[in-house]
Amino acid sequence: MITFIIRRLLGMIPTLFLVSILSFIIIELPPGDFMTSLAANVGTSGSSMDAATVENLQRQYGLDKPAHIRYLTWIAGFVRGDFGYSLDWKRPVSELIMGRLGLTLLLSILSLLIMWVVAIPIGIYSATHQYSLGDTIFTFLGFLGLSVPEFVLGLFYLFIGIFVFGVSVTGLFSAEMEKAPWSPAKVLDLANHLLWPALILGTAGMAQLIRIMRGSLLEILGQQYITTARAKGLKEKVVVNKYAVRVAINPLISVMGMQLPSLINGATVLGIVLTLPTTGPLFVRALLSQDMYLAGTFLLFLSLMLMLGNLLADIALAWADPRIRYE
Amino acid sequence: MSKPIAEPEPQPGEPTGRGAVTDAYEAAGEALISRAEEEARYGLSQYQLMWRKFIRSHTAIVGGCAVVLFYLIAAFANFLAPYGGDQRFIEYLYAPPHPLHWEPQTGLYIYALETTFDPETLKAVYKPNPSKKVPIRFFVHDSPYKLFGLIESDLHLFGTADKDVGVFLLGSDRQGRDMFSRILIGSQMSLTIGLVGVFLSLTIGSIMGVTSGYFGGRVDEIMQRLVEIIRSFPSIPLWMALSAALPQHWPPERVYFAITVILSLIGWTWLARQLRGKVLAIREEEFVLAAQLAGAGDAWVIFRHLIPAVFGHIIVIATLAMPGMILAETTLSFLNLGLRPPLISWGVLLQEAQNLESMRHYPWLLTPALAIAGAVLAFNFFGDGLRDAADPYSR
Repeated sequence: MITFIIRRLLGMIPTLFLVSILSFIIIELPPGDFMTSLAANVGTSGSSMDAATVENLQRQYGLDKPAHIRYLTWIAGFVRGDFGYSLDWKRPVSELIMGRLGLTLLLSILSLLIMWVVAIPIGIYSATHQYSLGDTIFTFLGFLGLSVPEFVLGLFYLFIGIFVFGVSVTGLFSAEMEKAPWSPAKVLDLANHLLWPALILGTAGMAQLIRIMRGSLLEILGQQYITTARAKGLKEKVVVNKYAVRVAINPLISVMGMQLPSLINGATVLGIVLTLPTTGPLFVRALLSQDMYLAGTFLLFLSLMLMLGNLLADIALAWADPRIRYE
Repeated sequence: MSKPIAEPEPQPGEPTGRGAVTDAYEAAGEALISRAEEEARYGLSQYQLMWRKFIRSHTAIVGGCAVVLFYLIAAFANFLAPYGGDQRFIEYLYAPPHPLHWEPQTGLYIYALETTFDPETLKAVYKPNPSKKVPIRFFVHDSPYKLFGLIESDLHLFGTADKDVGVFLLGSDRQGRDMFSRILIGSQMSLTIGLVGVFLSLTIGSIMGVTSGYFGGRVDEIMQRLVEIIRSFPSIPLWMALSAALPQHWPPERVYFAITVILSLIGWTWLARQLRGKVLAIREEEFVLAAQLAGAGDAWVIFRHLIPAVFGHIIVIATLAMPGMILAETTLSFLNLGLRPPLISWGVLLQEAQNLESMRHYPWLLTPALAIAGAVLAFNFFGDGLRDAADPYSR
């Protein structure tokens, strides 16, 4: 097991290296750089930056060097925890991104938890009451949940917040709590502002998990060892919860790895809609202003998060299902 | 790929199933009928079996019909919409939706809106004027358009008798454009971008997946590595970064095409993975070996045997990929990173609903979201039914 983890971690290094090169190339794709786009923006707002100033600034920030030199300087800094300098914010990238990546991670984990806690009981109910009214309703709701994108759900959430409760639900805190010192009330406020976004984020995944849980449990319930358990006279509750569910849960763990990308995607988009300080809003701004080190570092770290998440899902699967062997 | 159903009781030397075993069934009439049905099943082709299984699923049929309906609406959007996508009613900015009324003499009619200005906010306030009825007429001539981009016409399914009073079934937007018309016309972009995107991904994905699965070895390894690297990126941030690279001055048509290419650049990896798995399994089947032993070349085996064998799956995978493409386009456009005005798509329409102020005062700007959810739901139901039907031998 440990050798498997080490091997996987080592195997990630070349992939990560290629991913970093690709990130850099993609971020470099737009013509011009931060200074030229800044000059264009200043130009539209009335005043102007002359060519000499632009050139001077470009030299000062090393934007005049060839691309591969800039890439190497950027990537070499990673070892020291230096991810470059954000030209837009005039601060090191590392200062800007950590809190935002953390919140993205927190939101994703929270919604993963909600997803599991809600989906498993519903999945069990659906499988044990196949074709009942409840099952049909959950199936339909599941399809609905799969079909409505996060940002639309986010918009509806804002809409309901305004029209039904008359409050603005954006951001991490309510307006009156924003500046208040930390207190139990403030923590509660934060939880309230995180729980709903996490639920929205998890909706599609929840629908997926319910379907998988239902299908998997139905299949297991048809197997002979379940018949044996029933024939022995075990209570139906024990048969389902102890014999069937334990095995039926394995496919859920294996799709966890596949759900991570959509969680990261969702957290990015939802952050923009609900103006949460996740990676989303800052990433878009960095892309549009060609703040390349910031955008590139975001892209790289989101990918790293995805890869590590996949590894964790694989480890969890190996731990939960001893039938899986890694050579 | 599952094997065809094994013949139940193969009796050597008997040309048809009318042997001793079948005679035993004669006693039980019902059993015979079901047996006859079973036998008829063996005579069906694979596609007939798929069709039989497909029409048994109600949700799949409803989904399929809805998908067809959506595309019909998109094709005839200019005719069905009362106005052109950019036609402005400057006297009706942010007009609320018009309720339709009906009475025997006039038929369908609406009340014309009366405009007053809020003295404090200077915003226009609209109130229906009960004394001014405007009848709805069918097949009216209004703004000209080109049906399918070819046939010039100015015929619209419905409109008002009084040209100066617009009918806004779903309200109007910031510039006084009819939301209903814009949603219908926006469906052309939103639904075709998925179609074109899936077609491109399918082309790349099929070539990559089939060659990778069929040849295996080095080719497979390189291909899998490439897929793995592309999939190491979360798709939305990657799409965002790529779309941000599109120059602002590009003409709308080029942006449209570029977005489809960007969507397919990531979309193909999923298709290729799925197809590779199928091909890997089919490659081991006897009919492939038989073809190879009969001296068929690789190209012959791939095009004559493998592609037809996985074709059903290609269609299923393509259908299941559609909702993702539609959602991706809407999300990108919503974030101002995809299609841009003057192009009209559902995502572009939702840009208007982005800020809280407009949502508070003009909630009808959110209606395109319902269109998106409807289209994606239809595709999900349809694709799900197709997936079950693509494997007609399983229960």
